[in-house]
Amino acid sequence: MESAGKGPAVTRRNFIASSGAIALVISSGALISATEAWGVKVEALKPETMHTLIQMARDIYPHDRLADRFYALAVKGYDAQAGKDAALRKLIENGVTTLDGLAKAAHGAPYVGVGWEADRVALLRQIEHGAFFQKIRGGLVTGLYNNKEVWPIFGYEGESASKGGYLERGFNDIDWL
Amino acid sequence: MGAPYKLDDSSVVVVIGSGAGGGTLGSQLARKGIDTVILEAGGRHEIDDFVNDEWTMFSKISWLDPRTTSGSWRIAKDFSGLPAWIVKAVGGSTVHWAGASLRFQAHEFKARTTYGDIPGANLLDWPLTLEELEPYYAKAESNMGVTRTNGIPGLPGNNNFKVMKAGADKLGYKTCHTGRMAINSKPRDGRPSCRQIGFCFQGCVIGAKWSTLYSDIPKGEDTGKLEVRPNSQVLKIEHDAKGKVTGVVYADKNGKLQRQKARIVCVAGNSIESPRLLLNSHSNMFPDGLANSSGQVGKNYMRHMTGSVYAVFDKPVHMYRGTTMAGIITDESRNDPKRGFVGGYEMETLSLGLPFMAAFLDPGAWGRSFTSALDMYENMAGMWLVGEDMPQESNAITLHPTKKDKYGMPIPNVHFDDHPNDVAMRNHAYKQGAAVYDAVGAVRTFPTPPYPSTHNLGTNRMSEKPRDGVVNKWGQTHDIANLFVSDGSQFTTGGAENPTLTIVALAIRQSDYIAEQMKKGAI
Repeated sequence: MESAGKGPAVTRRNFIASSGAIALVISSGALISATEAWGVKVEALKPETMHTLIQMARDIYPHDRLADRFYALAVKGYDAQAGKDAALRKLIENGVTTLDGLAKAAHGAPYVGVGWEADRVALLRQIEHGAFFQKIRGGLVTGLYNNKEVWPIFGYEGESASKGGYLERGFNDIDWL
Repeated sequence: MGAPYKLDDSSVVVVIGSGAGGGTLGSQLARKGIDTVILEAGGRHEIDDFVNDEWTMFSKISWLDPRTTSGSWRIAKDFSGLPAWIVKAVGGSTVHWAGASLRFQAHEFKARTTYGDIPGANLLDWPLTLEELEPYYAKAESNMGVTRTNGIPGLPGNNNFKVMKAGADKLGYKTCHTGRMAINSKPRDGRPSCRQIGFCFQGCVIGAKWSTLYSDIPKGEDTGKLEVRPNSQVLKIEHDAKGKVTGVVYADKNGKLQRQKARIVCVAGNSIESPRLLLNSHSNMFPDGLANSSGQVGKNYMRHMTGSVYAVFDKPVHMYRGTTMAGIITDESRNDPKRGFVGGYEMETLSLGLPFMAAFLDPGAWGRSFTSALDMYENMAGMWLVGEDMPQESNAITLHPTKKDKYGMPIPNVHFDDHPNDVAMRNHAYKQGAAVYDAVGAVRTFPTPPYPSTHNLGTNRMSEKPRDGVVNKWGQTHDIANLFVSDGSQFTTGGAENPTLTIVALAIRQSDYIAEQMKKGAI
């Protein structure tokens, strides 16, 4: 993950202004967030594929309080892995092709172009028992939730030993019972 | 003579495993002056290696060697390669246990007599009564420093407990308190008192929780009569022409095979590995495996009826602050067949951090129904439900016909089907657990399916008659006088209670018996 900084100008026409759709712009092998200050380099996979994975990640585990970058972080590792593992690359590229095929048949647009989360989820339900979906979902369980940066957003404080535990820091502070 | 011991020293007692059973037994034997070698498959991670991080510690200390699963239990679908969540390290599962230390109830030692003939259940009475075990329970409680025994005060209740207690009171439950825990509420036995750090499952970073790793094992080692060899996985127990065991073959830390001679061998590798080892030690004289004339080795696998209930409230709870298991309701642990099942269950608070909650709340689930629950993590309370499950002969540990581990030893398959009694008990427990939280205003409750098994029991069970089980009331195998079983696989039935205290009591008792038999020259 790198900051977009003074990256290429974002062209507004690529935006998809609809429920939960993630606005990303492809520019010289990178995906640039149109709304947040980050971008992700894509080498082994097609940039469009990475865009789909990021959208899938949000649709599988939608948390409205989480910024897109956490979803991008959770799946960006697949690019490096796909660079070393041809079978994985094929699984992902073919999986996205299939998903896009379903999306085009139902909505006349690729997966990331389907406007409503409910419609995208309906597409995912059609592939949820397949190896591609299970790979992505399984990886997200740790990829998304084992990121220390997201813990405070859920009110989870993580390690406490360095602070002396919770004995004097609210282990029994409940006041509404 | 003293530690370390030579491989060809045939006077030593070899204990396989260093958890609640093996760690206790090895230490007790050494303290009686008996030369003892503990062979532990896992590494030695001292407290300095522990961190407050769920997945980091899971990777570091869990038993992750390949295993397969079969049967209709949900674990076979959700965690097909991880039937059990136990520890592969010195200290065994006492490194990650929660600390609940409960005695069995008298009727639980007489399950067949009390519950009668339950179709499909292979019930048997223990060849042992509560009365006989009571002095050893007392020793175990003193050894482990169990709260609410020996004048040790209970731990203070955390937020998760307070929610449970308020619900229990509203529901009219009579016995709800912060438990009998092997966690120091005051400094004791060279260990500090609990700082309410949480992360009990990840290894207690201050050692307030009892574990053989830093409690019993060092005491044994201090006598000079105990040698603990980590990274030593036993592959086979050997015997002589008279059918007495003579030693074990194990893979050392470099993967090199070694043969340790022994006067006595005690198996304490947990209820999956212990029968696996006995079965894999088959020979011309014992073609079905060692100590298996009854055919019961590996059978009657029990894993306790388990489940969890998590609940979301409209205000914060912060259940993860403080001890993982912070309190208990014992009202449902009685045997009351009017509820639609025999045996009983305990309700014990439990919390998981966000990473484990995501993995275990509803494995495989996705979409907004699931994520809206996690969105309320801060406002969650939770409890674990743990009760007696029925032993069934078809629930079994077997050697995989083709798959082998890195040492060429067949990997174990764990087969399990819930008994109808288990299902009826779980449904009742889900209902009661939800009622506790509903009574204090829960917005949503989640009946959470079982985690990979932490209470693995019964696969080398105790029986009065050799034809019904594997070991006698001392844990000595019916077939081979100098071969013992020293872990939870001895359990004839599971009871409703967390098993560690009973494992420790049995190990202390067994150490007395072994010492006496050695003195007599009987073994």
